[in-house]
Amino acid sequence: MGAFGSPIHCSQRLLFVHSMETVLQVLIDGILSGLLYALVAAGLCLIWGVMDVINFAHGEFLMVAMYVSYWLGFLAGVDPLVSVLAAGAFVFLLGVLTYQLIVKYTVGKPPLAALLATFGLAMLIKNFCLNRFSPNFRILSDTWLGDKTYHLGELIIPIPQLVTGIIALLVIGLVYALINSTRFGWAVQATAMDKEAAELMGINTERIYLLIFGIGGACVGIAGGIMPTYLAVHPEVGSLFGLIAFICVAMGGFGSIPGALFAGLLVGVVESFAGFYIAPVFKYVAVFGLYLAVVAFRRKGLFGW
Amino acid sequence: MAEPILKVSGLYAGYDGIPVVFDASLEVMPGELVAIVGANGAGKSTIMRTICGLMHPLKGSVLFEGADISTLPANRTVKLGISYVPEGRRIFAKLSVEQNLALGAYAEDSKTEVKRRVEEILQIFPVLRERARQIGETLSGGEQQTLAIARGLMSRPKLLMLDEMSLGLMPTMVEKMMETVIGINKAGTTILLVEQMVQETLEIAHRGYVIQSGNIVQSGTGRELLDSPDVRKAYLGM
Repeated sequence: MGAFGSPIHCSQRLLFVHSMETVLQVLIDGILSGLLYALVAAGLCLIWGVMDVINFAHGEFLMVAMYVSYWLGFLAGVDPLVSVLAAGAFVFLLGVLTYQLIVKYTVGKPPLAALLATFGLAMLIKNFCLNRFSPNFRILSDTWLGDKTYHLGELIIPIPQLVTGIIALLVIGLVYALINSTRFGWAVQATAMDKEAAELMGINTERIYLLIFGIGGACVGIAGGIMPTYLAVHPEVGSLFGLIAFICVAMGGFGSIPGALFAGLLVGVVESFAGFYIAPVFKYVAVFGLYLAVVAFRRKGLFGW
Repeated sequence: MAEPILKVSGLYAGYDGIPVVFDASLEVMPGELVAIVGANGAGKSTIMRTICGLMHPLKGSVLFEGADISTLPANRTVKLGISYVPEGRRIFAKLSVEQNLALGAYAEDSKTEVKRRVEEILQIFPVLRERARQIGETLSGGEQQTLAIARGLMSRPKLLMLDEMSLGLMPTMVEKMMETVIGINKAGTTILLVEQMVQETLEIAHRGYVIQSGNIVQSGTGRELLDSPDVRKAYLGM
C-alpha cells in the first residue's frame, strides 16, 4: 500500500475533512454575505433610528449604485474598487434629494405617508432602469478582483466577497464612530430622541435629517458600488436586498447599528447553512422563518430598546 | 428708560391656526426677572414657545433686542441669545450629563470653549459633577431639572426662559430651584419665568403678568400682584 495508504483509511479521512471543512466553508460564505447584508441594513437602520422613516426605496438605491459602478466599468473601464467611491457619492446625493424633494413633506405626518412616498420612488427608479437598461442581467468581466480566490488549507475564500466584507466592516465602524463619538453624532442622537429639544440647543434638525438620509444612502451606495465585481446587475436586484435589509433592521432592533451588524451576520449564516444543508431553494424560507421567530418572541428585536 | 430686550406686541398664537393666546403684549428689560403666572392651560407655554421659535405667531410680533424674530426657527433664536428650558425637562435621556451639557452649547464651534463652559457649569452645579458620566435618565427628578437649566445656560443666553421648572419636584427642591434662578439672574442673565406656583414665583420676580384663558389680565411688580385682591382670590385662595 505504501504511500497511498489504505483505501478505507483514506476515504474516512476525506469524509472527516470534507465535513469539517465544509462546515467552515459554509460558515465563511455566510459571514461574508452577512457583512454585505449588514452594510445595506446599516443605512436603512440609521435613517429609521433618527427619523422613524422606513425608506422603501433602499433596495433601489442599491440597484442604482450597482448600475453606476457597472456603467463606469463598462463604458470607461473603471474598476468597481474605484467606482465604489463614485457610487457612494452618487447615492449620498440621491438620498439628500430624496429627503429634500419627497421625505421632508412626510415628516410629522402619519408614518404611512413616508412609506408610500418612498414606495412610489422605488417604483419610479425600478421602472426607469427597466425602461433604460432593459431587464437583462449584466456582469462586469475583467475586474481587478474578478474570480480570484484565496486558499487557506482546504478552504476557499473568494477575494471579491472578502474585500466587500472588509469594506462593510470599515464603513459600519466609521458610521458607528461618527454617531457615538463626535459632536455631530451626539446632535444626531439628540434629534432622534427629542427633535424639539434638539432644535432648542441650536441644532438644525432639518439639516441633520438631510445628512442622515445622505449618509444612509452612502452606506448602501458603497455596498452597491462594489457588488458588480461578483454579482449581476438587473433592475430587480434591489428588491431582495431591500427586503433582507428590512428584516435585519427589524431583527437587530430598530435603530441599533450593532444590532443590524449582528442581524446581518445571522441572516447570512442561516441563509448559507440552510442553502447548503437543506436545499438552495430553502435558504430564504429559513431566513424569513428566523425573522418571524425573532419578532414573535422579541418584538423590539435582539438589540432594541 | 433702556430698550426692552424682549418686546411682544399684539401676539396671537395657537395650534393649527386656532389661537389660544389673544392679543398678548409684554416687555422684558435687560437684567429683569419677569414671571408669567396663571392656571394650567392658560397659554403660558404657548407664549414661550412662540418667542423661542418652536411656533410662530398667527398675528403680532416678537422683537428681540429690537429685531423681529417672529419667523425664525428655534435653532436660530438660540444663536441670538434666547434659551428656552421647556416644560418637562426634555433632557436627552440616553446621553450622559456631559453630552447633554455639550449639546447645550451646540452653536459654539470651538471645542475648547465648549469644554471650558462645561467645566464652569459643573462648578456652579456640583451635583451634576458627581453624575457627569451618568446617562440622563438615571438622574432624579430634581437633578434632571438642574441639568435642564444648566444645559439651557450653556449657550450663554441673554434671555433665559424657564417653563414650569417646579413641576413634579418636591417643595424643598422647588425652593432650591428658585434660589438657583435668583442666582442666575443676579449674575446678569435676564429671565422670563412661567409658573403655576404663583406665590413662590411672584415673591422672587421683579415684575409679573397674570394670564387667564389666553388673555393677559393683569401686570405689575411682584409685590403689587401678590397684594392684588384678584390675584389673592384666584390663585392664592385668600
